[in-house]
Amino acid sequence: MASFMKAASGLGNLLLRGVGLLLFLLLWEAAPRLGWVGSAYMSPPSMVFRAIWLLAARGELARHFLVSLQRVLLGLLISVAVGVSFGLFLGYFRSLERYLDLLFQAFRQMSAFALFPVFILLFGLGELSKTIIIFWASLWPVLLNTSSGVRNVDRVLIQSARSMGASRTFIFCRIVLPAAAPEIFTGIRLGASYCVMAVVAAEMIGANAGLGYLVLYSQETFNIPEMYGGIVSLAILGLGLNCALYSIEKFFTSWKQDIRVGE
Amino acid sequence: MNAKVQARQVSRAFQVRNSLGKKDVLTVLDHFDLDVREGEFLSILGPSGCGKSTFLNILAGLDDYDQGDILVDQEVLKKRSFDRGMVFQSYALLPWRTVLENLEIGLEIRSIRKKERREIARRYLGMIGLSSFANQYPHQLSGGMRQRVAIARVLAYQPNLLLMDEPFAALDAQTRETMQIELLRIWEADRKTILFVTHSIDEAILLSDRVAIMTARTGQVKEIIDIDLERPRTEEARGSVEFVRIRQKAWGLLKDEVTMAQSFAERV
Repeated sequence: MASFMKAASGLGNLLLRGVGLLLFLLLWEAAPRLGWVGSAYMSPPSMVFRAIWLLAARGELARHFLVSLQRVLLGLLISVAVGVSFGLFLGYFRSLERYLDLLFQAFRQMSAFALFPVFILLFGLGELSKTIIIFWASLWPVLLNTSSGVRNVDRVLIQSARSMGASRTFIFCRIVLPAAAPEIFTGIRLGASYCVMAVVAAEMIGANAGLGYLVLYSQETFNIPEMYGGIVSLAILGLGLNCALYSIEKFFTSWKQDIRVGE
Repeated sequence: MNAKVQARQVSRAFQVRNSLGKKDVLTVLDHFDLDVREGEFLSILGPSGCGKSTFLNILAGLDDYDQGDILVDQEVLKKRSFDRGMVFQSYALLPWRTVLENLEIGLEIRSIRKKERREIARRYLGMIGLSSFANQYPHQLSGGMRQRVAIARVLAYQPNLLLMDEPFAALDAQTRETMQIELLRIWEADRKTILFVTHSIDEAILLSDRVAIMTARTGQVKEIIDIDLERPRTEEARGSVEFVRIRQKAWGLLKDEVTMAQSFAERV
């Protein structure tokens, strides 16, 4: 009974959270049908979902989706590897950070989209420049969050370990790393959402597959429902990625979960 | 009796900025002398900023000293050592580890095997009466419980010098009194040397064999009072005539230093 109640309230909760989305879909459906906006520019969601269904049936959706996903994951993976290791290094050696902070803050503000032409000049139109733009977009939040996570570790935790005779390696692996983990994960999730944004731009120039390509191509061929279908798919890709990363984060920082409830 | 710690002419100064924003040198310890005997409970009592915590940090290997000599067990103080344990005012428990895992950390640093570690940690958890909290996280415990865990964590790896930096200062008055009695009970069982820093005269007298009273600004020991109260001590000791007499004596010595520390704070 209790589990049934729990399931029911979980379902109710989901419904409540979906209210906004549902209203939006209704409004979206109504707008072109009632002639508030031209249906040539805005397809109602019923048509969009039909277009998605047809794309899926032709196997095209999966192809574009997987190509984009692969690009996002590759870029994110490299930026996590580079950003986390470099961020740990920077956070640990504080004096370095002082010289590099302004440079990094400037890099962070430098739009990946603005740099795309530069990457194309340097690396051509192929996969390399696409990976690099995705990497660039996600590198900075990962790197800067990691180094700030390391810097913000409670000093007394380190002092306490030192007073027990802990080595530098032990302090780094067992104190600094786990203490900084929540902030590192926030950086990775932020980076992932930047990756999804960057992949669109990357696929709009010199690509023949991917969701970004699908959106632009459908627009150019006046297949408007398919264009919206591509946009919706991109949102789903972003949501799914965030969800997956959130589960990984929860697994590694499970001790944090009930703090929000308890305190 | 053997000397556990011998501090001779120890000086420590910090670079600070004064109220005008100019660089200044703040001398915290100035030719500081102190002997701690093997197996005794020694408290250092003094006004804020008198350097008592700095001395503790130096002994814990967390701070340097500019001049003087410090011997621990007749050897020059080492920066890294397995023989000392420090208890902090803010508990310093690792929030991502359960109570039991927190108790294990000192043993982990000493590369003791997992199974043995668990066993020792459980034993000490039982000693502080928190066995049923083994799998809770620190944030789920009260302040008093957290400090008990922090003390047990240090005891678990059996250091022979315990350093306590105002361990009960963050607790409410009642919890604080219970913790004092609990610490006495634990200490009287194996009599490890304890160096205890506090603001509270009552706490220092109740717990200690000797109380060192520090001067406000010159960073030296003004006088050491012997506490001859009977052991094992209980709650009742607080009401005894002897306790009140020592309290008055200690307050007499401390009063001027506190006033001086305050007037100094106003000037800065």
